[in-house]
Amino acid sequence: MNTQTTAESEQHPIEKWLRSERMPHMWCAGCGVGPTLYAWIRAPDRVGIPREKVVYVSGIGCCGRGSGYLNVDGFHTTHGRAIPFAIGLKLARPELCVSVISGDGDLFSIGGNHFIHACRRNVDLLVICTNNFIYGMTGGQLAPTTLLGDRATTAPYGNVEPSFSTPHLADAAGAVYVARWTSIHLRRLEKSIAEALQMKGFRYIEVLSPCPVNYGRRNKLPEPDDIAEWFRQSSVIRNGANTSEISIEKGKPLILGDFVKRTGKPTFYEVMKELEGRVKPR
Amino acid sequence: MQTSNKVLPSQRVKASRGKIHIIKERCKQCNLCISFCPKQVLRRSDDINEKGYHIPEAIEEPEKDKICMACGFCEVVCPDFAIWIEERIDK
Repeated sequence: MNTQTTAESEQHPIEKWLRSERMPHMWCAGCGVGPTLYAWIRAPDRVGIPREKVVYVSGIGCCGRGSGYLNVDGFHTTHGRAIPFAIGLKLARPELCVSVISGDGDLFSIGGNHFIHACRRNVDLLVICTNNFIYGMTGGQLAPTTLLGDRATTAPYGNVEPSFSTPHLADAAGAVYVARWTSIHLRRLEKSIAEALQMKGFRYIEVLSPCPVNYGRRNKLPEPDDIAEWFRQSSVIRNGANTSEISIEKGKPLILGDFVKRTGKPTFYEVMKELEGRVKPR
Repeated sequence: MQTSNKVLPSQRVKASRGKIHIIKERCKQCNLCISFCPKQVLRRSDDINEKGYHIPEAIEEPEKDKICMACGFCEVVCPDFAIWIEERIDK
């Protein structure tokens, strides 16, 4: 019928963005990083940014491997230091479109301070966090975003620590664009990334992402389908919702949408340029 | 305001149909393309790739409603960049 395995003349539509010789990648079956990267890859084409201007900076963790799989300029930084590297890159080469795609462990535990201070300074970056509620690559330890009551390798009786609501954190620290989607709301995610790429300032998008192997298996969601079904059934799209009311709790709806859009806030680069014009050399 | 009940003329407006391409060696059998297909066009095949995963395939003799209409959701949801849809206009 109409199934066909790959003919050599035909290619996957995003094949030029991938380092094909390194495929198949190391992410597990059903991982949410792949769809997130797919949405991110499609967004620059949508708004007309050429591939040469796009830079992908990643931290440590499952997401960190992405910079090695994509055929764009990128850097695989040390743990938690994706944002500082990206700030330096953006200040030195302001014409580039710099994105940081990293995991929740990287951005919010060891890189937590870098995140809030980049928000506060309003550095011109797009930060995408694939939040899978756990440290996936190292074997399922407790992360700052693990939900209350969830089991992890280091919390065998259930997590007793409240988790971060990362959009609320970004909003409170002063990000100009804050959104949350899941790795099955991909059309909306792509649109949201495209919108964020056209803005100036610190833009933050959280992508809830399944980790069936290290999160799902310990929390009664062992198949990729189970987590996808949880996202599909319990998500409610509420654009412009108050970020203080959108924390994720078990048994309650997951609230998704574009929450914050601020305009008119000067970026760090603009402030520094203005300072450069004002200060006279002695 | 009045709305028209006319359906679109089938001579002029053609529904789009998709041709499914699968990169066999990238598939990891996560099942997302099969469970998210709105027309249930895909199923798990008996065919395996070199790592032993059962790759998806299109249903051989589709019923009237089970025809790929090139929505492309399997393409975006696939974590392994292993499936894509080529859109074409059928007669």
